[in-house]
Amino acid sequence: MSMEILSCTVNGRPVEVGIDPRESLADTLRERLGLTSVKKGCEVGECGACTVLVDGEAIDSCIYLSVWAQGKKILTVEGLQDESGELSPIQKAFVEEAAIQCGFCTPGIIMSAVEIVGSGKQYTREELRKLISGHLCRCTGYQNILNAVERAVNEAHKFVGK
Amino acid sequence: MEAAHQDVSDRRLLTDRIRYYGDDVAAVVAEDEVSAQRALKAIRVEYEEYEPLLTPEAAMAPGARAVHDECPDNILRHMDLRTPMPPESGFQSVEDVLACDSYFQFEGRYATQMVQHCHIEPAVSYAYMEGGRIVVVSSTQIPHIVRRVCGQALGIPWGDIRVIKPYIGGGFGNKQEVLYEPLNAFLTRAVGGRCVKLELTREEVFENTRSRHAISFDVKAAVDKDGTIMARWCRAVSTQGSYASHGNAIVANAITAFRQLYPDRLGHHSEAYTVYTNLPAPGAMRGYGIPQANFAVECMMDDMALKFGLDPYRFRLQNLMPLGYVDPFNGITCHSTGLRECMEKGRAFIHWDELREKYENQTGPVRRGVGMAVFSYKTGVWPISLETASARMVLNQDGSVQLQLGATEIGQGGDTVFTQMAAESIGFPSARVHIVSFQDTDTAPFDTGAYASRQTYVTGMAIKQTGEAFKRKLLDYASELLERPAEELDVRDGEIVDAGTGALVLTLHDLAQEAFYSFRHSVHIAAETTHQCRDNTFAFGCCFAEVEVDVPLGKVKVLRIVNVHDSGRLINPQLAEAQVHGGMSMGLGYALSEEMKFDGKGRLLNGNLLDYKLPTAMDHPELTALFVETEDPSAPFGNKALGEPPAIPVAPAVRNALLHATGVAVNTLPLSPQKLVEAFARAGLLS
Repeated sequence: MSMEILSCTVNGRPVEVGIDPRESLADTLRERLGLTSVKKGCEVGECGACTVLVDGEAIDSCIYLSVWAQGKKILTVEGLQDESGELSPIQKAFVEEAAIQCGFCTPGIIMSAVEIVGSGKQYTREELRKLISGHLCRCTGYQNILNAVERAVNEAHKFVGK
Repeated sequence: MEAAHQDVSDRRLLTDRIRYYGDDVAAVVAEDEVSAQRALKAIRVEYEEYEPLLTPEAAMAPGARAVHDECPDNILRHMDLRTPMPPESGFQSVEDVLACDSYFQFEGRYATQMVQHCHIEPAVSYAYMEGGRIVVVSSTQIPHIVRRVCGQALGIPWGDIRVIKPYIGGGFGNKQEVLYEPLNAFLTRAVGGRCVKLELTREEVFENTRSRHAISFDVKAAVDKDGTIMARWCRAVSTQGSYASHGNAIVANAITAFRQLYPDRLGHHSEAYTVYTNLPAPGAMRGYGIPQANFAVECMMDDMALKFGLDPYRFRLQNLMPLGYVDPFNGITCHSTGLRECMEKGRAFIHWDELREKYENQTGPVRRGVGMAVFSYKTGVWPISLETASARMVLNQDGSVQLQLGATEIGQGGDTVFTQMAAESIGFPSARVHIVSFQDTDTAPFDTGAYASRQTYVTGMAIKQTGEAFKRKLLDYASELLERPAEELDVRDGEIVDAGTGALVLTLHDLAQEAFYSFRHSVHIAAETTHQCRDNTFAFGCCFAEVEVDVPLGKVKVLRIVNVHDSGRLINPQLAEAQVHGGMSMGLGYALSEEMKFDGKGRLLNGNLLDYKLPTAMDHPELTALFVETEDPSAPFGNKALGEPPAIPVAPAVRNALLHATGVAVNTLPLSPQKLVEAFARAGLLS
């Protein structure tokens, strides 16, 4: 099958890359662009490990064809650090809350957290549970992940109290 | 290791006799996945069909076909263990006690299901050749064992194989087994040393890697009228599946823990069977047989308490393993215990006394209950298997230290606590200890790896003694430079100080610079030691849960839950707490939703993350982890097992809460709605 050119923006930079039109965005990001924060845990949209933002919306990149990303803006965890290499406040919240164990589900959940924090809204604990329920994690019981997301939301918007 | 405990060699890289649906018959090497899939479709296999044996009962029935010709009755191993009866008791055997009508007598049957580890990173490895040697890169918990098994499988010198373990996405015991590394190593040779990678799909992870054994327990007990457990018998039958994997070791561990938690006053008799079937082969999984045993033993405690009119909390307290307990078979000794204090903490957290009373005699469709379970868990594998760990510390030019281990980080936080341990034993701040996180068998010191909650205990001691040796070398060199006796000096906060006054006498930076670049005496300061551990110790803990049961829906909702652990001294309390959360989550899945289901041909029906009900954030209540810290005298830093224990007591605690809420004893896992509705209907709770 002949290759096609995908033109899009990845982590703030314009990218042109040759792709197989059958391939998933997860494979393009991992194999062709070296963005290995995009993890594949199931490749059928069950586990959420491959979550990236496409035009600000969290999607499972394993079931998203790369050709659909034509002209769009894609954000992965590699694009979150600032110019000095500092982790983003959301990433720091994950470190400080011990929300990372094996780390395999972490990049995907952090990208969902970017979407959640970016909404500018305040959420109850139960709402946050629902918002991250598309991500499977076997290490943490989600407890510290919820603490980290809650902290990131509160810190970003200076929400005080529960 | 003695022959009885060695691996059972019952498997080749590929087979021409199918033993389970999904068995490995052929391999294709292709440039990309699409080509590989097409090539696989071109392979034609002719099968001669036999009736699959899907339960131990079917496999043990007379005339059943042997899954392995070497094992005609399909019983891989049968163990029969009796503790000696005290001569003054007047009883000849456990059976005599179990027939004595001056005691309360109890009989029961409990059974657990097959579940999967579900590490989110699927099993993956690749192999290539470099300079005539095979390099294997694997998502594994056990790089040095992978090297040995690849060497054995290929019949080549072990030194011709180099195994590299990078960061991995969870293991939970599944990656404690050598999976497809030998096949990749074999195939890379077949294709001229080109890189061969096998990344399993999620569906293949379910079907073609390991799982937790389904084990059934038939039990009997005799209990004195004062609540003392006099004798128990248990017969555990483990559904092994089609290959031996860890052989009989897991069910052996199960009956051992069954015996240990409540030492019987007069005697104990246990039997264990590991039975081949035509199912995917289970193996090691977090807790290694103890979650199964704990379900049986802790359900049994509540059922006996109910039957004999005893208080389940006090009944446990009365019979708990005491400090100083020595196991009659393996000699493992209780060096420290905070179990009573754990129980007190859990009881206070859940408001046990108040809620046990409040939830008595409820009626109506929605009922609540509280339940508990306690456990013991050994730390490492001694004396069943070898325990050995090595550590190496190498000085850097700036006065920092490089820490190299064969022990592995698999997400549990090993590298962090190893760094803390090294820092404390040398006298350095943690920031000056640089751990080499990836293991490369060419350079990493020998260690058997991450399993059995062993590393902080066994590797921890190797780190401690290596740190002390490294520190002595620093002080000897400082003594030479300063022309002062080494005994007058010490390493504190990463500098050489006067041992008496604590005053700085030489920075480590200056010492290192001199040691590396001295015209007079240049030496690369390094230390390496091996710790062969010949001890073991018990970690303890408990779980208390409050549930709400919707009787018509058969739905159990966990409202509040707490695990309280005695894992000795905590090295890193924040990581310890996180570890407990993860284990509780695994325990909740085990209790309520997870189960590998098979059809009549032995085909897995739910081998994917949609149909296999792994808990999501929506399925959990807030998870609370509490600790009672003891100082274990046998441990390097007072610490005991913590990796596996949190997964152990959750399922029986939830089941016992269900019993309290409804009066209905459900003796199999998971506590799924279908099963509960049927049980409630039988009990007359549904009209």
